[in-house]
Parts: sequence; C-alpha cells; structure tokens
Amino acid sequence: MTAKPAGAIGAHNAKVMNRFDLTKRLVAQLKHDEAVIGGIGNANFDLWASGQRPQNFYMLGSMGLAIPIALGVAIAQPRRHVIALEGDGSLLMQLGCLATVAERAPKNLTMVVWDNGIYQITGSQPTPGAGAAERPRRHAQASRIRNGRTRNRARRIRSVHLGCGGGLVGPGGPADRGGWGRLGPLGRAVAGCSPAGRRGHPMEGTGPAVLRLVGRRVHQV
Amino acid sequence: MTDTATRATAWHEIVLATLKANDVKLVVYVPDRVFTPLIKAIHADNFFTTFAATREEEAIGIISGAWMGGVRGAVLMQTSGFATIPNALASLVVPSQIPALIFVSERGTLGEFNLGQALVCKTMRPVLDSLAVENITITRQDELAFIVDRSIKQAVATQAPVTFILSPLLTGGKVFEA
Repeated sequence: MTAKPAGAIGAHNAKVMNRFDLTKRLVAQLKHDEAVIGGIGNANFDLWASGQRPQNFYMLGSMGLAIPIALGVAIAQPRRHVIALEGDGSLLMQLGCLATVAERAPKNLTMVVWDNGIYQITGSQPTPGAGAAERPRRHAQASRIRNGRTRNRARRIRSVHLGCGGGLVGPGGPADRGGWGRLGPLGRAVAGCSPAGRRGHPMEGTGPAVLRLVGRRVHQV
Repeated sequence: MTDTATRATAWHEIVLATLKANDVKLVVYVPDRVFTPLIKAIHADNFFTTFAATREEEAIGIISGAWMGGVRGAVLMQTSGFATIPNALASLVVPSQIPALIFVSERGTLGEFNLGQALVCKTMRPVLDSLAVENITITRQDELAFIVDRSIKQAVATQAPVTFILSPLLTGGKVFEA
C-alpha cells in the first residue's frame, strides 16, 4: 500500500479527521516498545502502512478479536503498554469483550475504535450502530465504560470519543452534535487536538473514537 | 509430570496439576457444569490467572495474545461452544502457530438430551481434523496425566494447538432424567 502524505486531505473534508493520518501519528508517538494489535481490514492496513514494527500484530480474518488479543498481551506483559486498533463494525461482532476488559481493568491497555459507522472495506455499508447509536452505547455504559466527562464516576475505564460517526461509545462525543470529549495526552498526541474535527460528519475513513484506560502508562505514551 | 499429578485422584485435580507443572498460567473459560470443579479449583489457586470470557472465540483471542506475550494459556468450554471458534482457529491460531490448549467438555453423546449439543459433537472432530488440529478424546483417568502433559509439551515445541475432548467416561458427564 502506498502511504498517503499526511497533508493529502482534500478541501472537501479538510475539517474531518483521517484514520490513516491518525494511525501514523499514533505510531510516531510510540517510544517504549508498545505492542499494537491491528484489527481486521483498514485498521490493519493503515497500521502496516504506518511503518512495520516487530511489536505490531497484523490480524487477518479474526473479525472482532483485536481487543481480546490485546487483552491477552496486556495480561501477559503488564509492564508493556498495549494498543488495539479496531473498527466499529468488527467491535460490534465481539461487543462482549468490553465487559471482559472492564472486569479485568488492565491499566496498560488502550483501545482505539475507528468509528466511521460503515463497513468501509466491503463497500461502505452502514453498520447496525450507525443509525441507532443508543443500543451499543448503552452496552458500553453497561460495561462501565464512560466518556471523559464522567471519568470520576467510572474509575475502571475511560473512553474518549474523538470524532464523528455513529457514536458507538461515549454520550458526550459525537462531533456532529458539537461534542469533543475530553482528550488525554494520548488522544491529543494522536488527534493533534485540533478543533477542526468538531463539525465533521460520518464519511469514509474518518471518525475515530478512542477508548482509554485509566493509568499512568497512558500518560507516558 | 509431577508427583502431584500422579497422586491426584479426581480428573480435575490431574488436569490442574498438569497445567501447573507445564507453567500454563492463564485459563480463560466459558462456564460448563461438568467443568465446574476444575474451574473452582483453578480460581482457588493463586498460580493461575483465570476468568470467564463472554464467548469461546473471545477466550481464544485472549490466550493467543497471551502467547504472543510469552504466557501459556488454556481455554475451557463445552461442546456447543466449540461451534463459535472455527473461524478463530482457521484465521488466527493455526496460521499464527499458536499452541492454544483447548479443553472441551464433551456433550452430545452417551446420554445427551439436547439435539444442538449432539450435532456439534458430531461435527467437532471433522472440523478439527480438516484444520489439522491435534485432537484427543480422553476417556480414562489413568491416561489423563500422560496425554495432557505430553500434548502440552508437543503443542509448545511444535507451536501447534491441541484440543482435549474430555469424555463423559472420564468426567461423568452431565446426568439427565430420561
């Protein structure tokens, strides 16, 4: 895959975050041998195109298992920070893993959900959560996952919704309602903390959400 | 194999001791009535990290990640749960050469009432065979420690998964009133 230059966002979507650009920024921030698990499809291809690292695992075929695999690595190596890059479509295939992660509450796991509301790689069909975000959002809440605004009440997992799209997690976040969430250092580093994404709308390759775990290691990224 | 494994008297004590002797520290399961004494004993032993996953396929993903991180892992499930994991076997465990240790409590035979269990039971071994995944049905307690111990060692040495199908002849199975 040919890497697109970071500045190649066209004028028509200049105010919308770009998944590949964010993936490159994330990989560029990795300084401590962090493990990265790329989920099925474009999350994986973007990770590959951002520069191959031996600490990356490029998952093919096991739709929905990026977060369970990352959880396994995080349990096995509690001193290593582990990042899962997952799409909203494949997360919907394995939503129960959020409950398992919430129960285990590993401090060294970060889950990034590229929530574009579509199955982009198969022809951009909308995901079930895209049109009616409430149900999966409630599921995330039931798993004790909250957005940044309520983090004091949810000590185990914080989530920050970065962009637009179906709003899979985090009631405070969808950019099409003007929400921005509250970004931590990782989110700011990845997203550049530009206000430019605030007024975006669901479109291909855009609209990430970041689920972030409480923990000092997150702040070291 | 340790003395503990050979001295143990119940099947679940033998499995636990053999896992421990082979440094299998992570056990992820979807609950099963027959496996309950094993699950309870593993929870009671601080050597293990153990917890339930919401789905067998998820458990396979978790122990696969653990292997990548250098920790040996086993999954426990009942027969019907096996039907959720062929994709994870074919796309993750087999091609990535992960020595997943899969324990299946055999349902669907020797007195089953549930047709769903019976059908998965009939397809489970052909699926494993077609994926070239080692699968061993264990019926006798005097062979249990040897089979599990040697098969774990082979799985790790050859970086290939293994499935242990624990027959009702070994575990007693689940008993129903006819």
